Amino acid sequence: MSETTTAPTELPVYMLRDGFDPAPELGALRETERVGRARSPFGIDVWVLTRHDDVRAALADSARFSNAAPVRGVPGMPKMDEATIRRMRAGNPLLVDPPEHTRLRRFLTPEFTVRRMRRLEPRIHEIVDERLDAMQRSGPPADLIAEFALPVPSLVICELLGVPPEDRAGFEHRTGRLLNMSIPVDERMRLQAESRAYMSGLVAREQREPGEAMLGMLVREHGDDLSTDELIGIANILLIAGHETTSNMLGLGTLALLRHPDQLALLRDDPDAVGPAVEELLRWLSIVHTGVVRTTTTEVEIGGTRIPAGELVVFALPAANRDPGATTDPDRLDVTRGEVGHLAFGHGVHHCLGAPLARLEMRVAYPALLRRFPGLAEVPGTAAFRSFHVVYGLTELQVTW
Amino acid sequence: MSDAETATVRVIADRDVCIGAGMCVYADDTVFDQDDDGLVVLLVEEPPDGEGVRRAVQTCPSGALRLAGR
Ligand code: HEM
Ligand code: SF4
Repeated sequence: MSETTTAPTELPVYMLRDGFDPAPELGALRETERVGRARSPFGIDVWVLTRHDDVRAALADSARFSNAAPVRGVPGMPKMDEATIRRMRAGNPLLVDPPEHTRLRRFLTPEFTVRRMRRLEPRIHEIVDERLDAMQRSGPPADLIAEFALPVPSLVICELLGVPPEDRAGFEHRTGRLLNMSIPVDERMRLQAESRAYMSGLVAREQREPGEAMLGMLVREHGDDLSTDELIGIANILLIAGHETTSNMLGLGTLALLRHPDQLALLRDDPDAVGPAVEELLRWLSIVHTGVVRTTTTEVEIGGTRIPAGELVVFALPAANRDPGATTDPDRLDVTRGEVGHLAFGHGVHHCLGAPLARLEMRVAYPALLRRFPGLAEVPGTAAFRSFHVVYGLTELQVTW
Repeated sequence: MSDAETATVRVIADRDVCIGAGMCVYADDTVFDQDDDGLVVLLVEEPPDGEGVRRAVQTCPSGALRLAGR
């Protein structure tokens, strides 16, 4: 089967994939040197952690692995003054350490409780059903990514935040390019500014007239504690992280199931199989290559390798999630595994804020899709893997039913 | 029954550390809940020692949960 791959040639080892699998080089690094060096797509050298235990420990150690130091010396990055840099970073929990992180995250935590998610569940069912109806009406074939995997999480986060759904095309396009590492850094900085400018319009509207959704709530309840820049930053990260990630899980996860028909049948036919299957797909696919880069605050030693203070470190999540030291027969997709402790949502204080939402969306969307179209099949040769992107996934997947 | 007594564990939850990820609620919602701020609340302080409780402690991303001896 011929598959289109659109990867530039010099991707770092921690972004290299071979279909669903991390590239063999990454597994080899984990089994031999354990800690590696790579040139990031930004053109700067970073340390790469690969083992499950090492990655988990470092993710839990925000004192020694800091998120707060701005990455400097990126070739091609436009010069910015301190005030601009501060404004661009404001409100993003991924770019601060405790206690500042704790402060920001406390505003958001109440919105993502398990109970909140349960209340949202009927609406997610409706959004999923509407998309399936639309697919059914226009008939096969359809691009599963454009017709289902992307719109479902996008519409959900629009509704949750209070972002007009008609703005979807604009922000989806912007996000797709923003996170695309093959696009020059100055262009991506421009998109980042554009993205914030768009959000500042929405935030200004909510400040005049706070709506019922999350943006309105943040303005109403925390308008005095959060600066306008922070509100914009929070809304921006939620919108970006809220649709791009889950959508790639839905797309890539569906393809993985189509290529493992026995496991697909389990997930389709047994409601109790859905929860563990979602966790296994998260582990096996590990769509987020690394999360954000950390900076060591002191010299650290990992498995005999000394990393000096002030160095950049990335965590190879696919390597950690396929570590035979943590999972038996890790390269096999087994939706009945029922193991916990994967790192696909990260770990430690930056553990994915949206994890309860993403889980809920997947638990609703996979079985609904598979039950609506029991004859779902990929059109051979159309699956387009994209690896030059911060989030791994498919750019296209034609399906019939 | 002494059997049942030895089979309970005391859970300690540090709400200053909790980031409200709700993993514990998923693991066992008879023992863990979240308050309106999203922070962990123990429904039972000495629950029966079970898979759910152990899983919650093990997977809590922030390290807010631990088991005390006895
Ligand atoms: C399957 C889908 C998802 C995956 C695999 C995923 C993965 C991750 C990972 C690995 C991190 C940690 C990054 C790091 O430590 O460097 C993270 C953080 C985060 N995610 Fe997700 N995510 C998903 C869905 C979502 C959704 C739906 C939202 C929003 C509604 C979201 C919002 C966030 C935010 C705000 C953070 C930063 C948290 C912090 O710094 O405290 N994510 N996510
Ligand atoms: S799993 Fe840990 S961080 Fe999450 S709500 Fe429970 S105690 Fe808090």
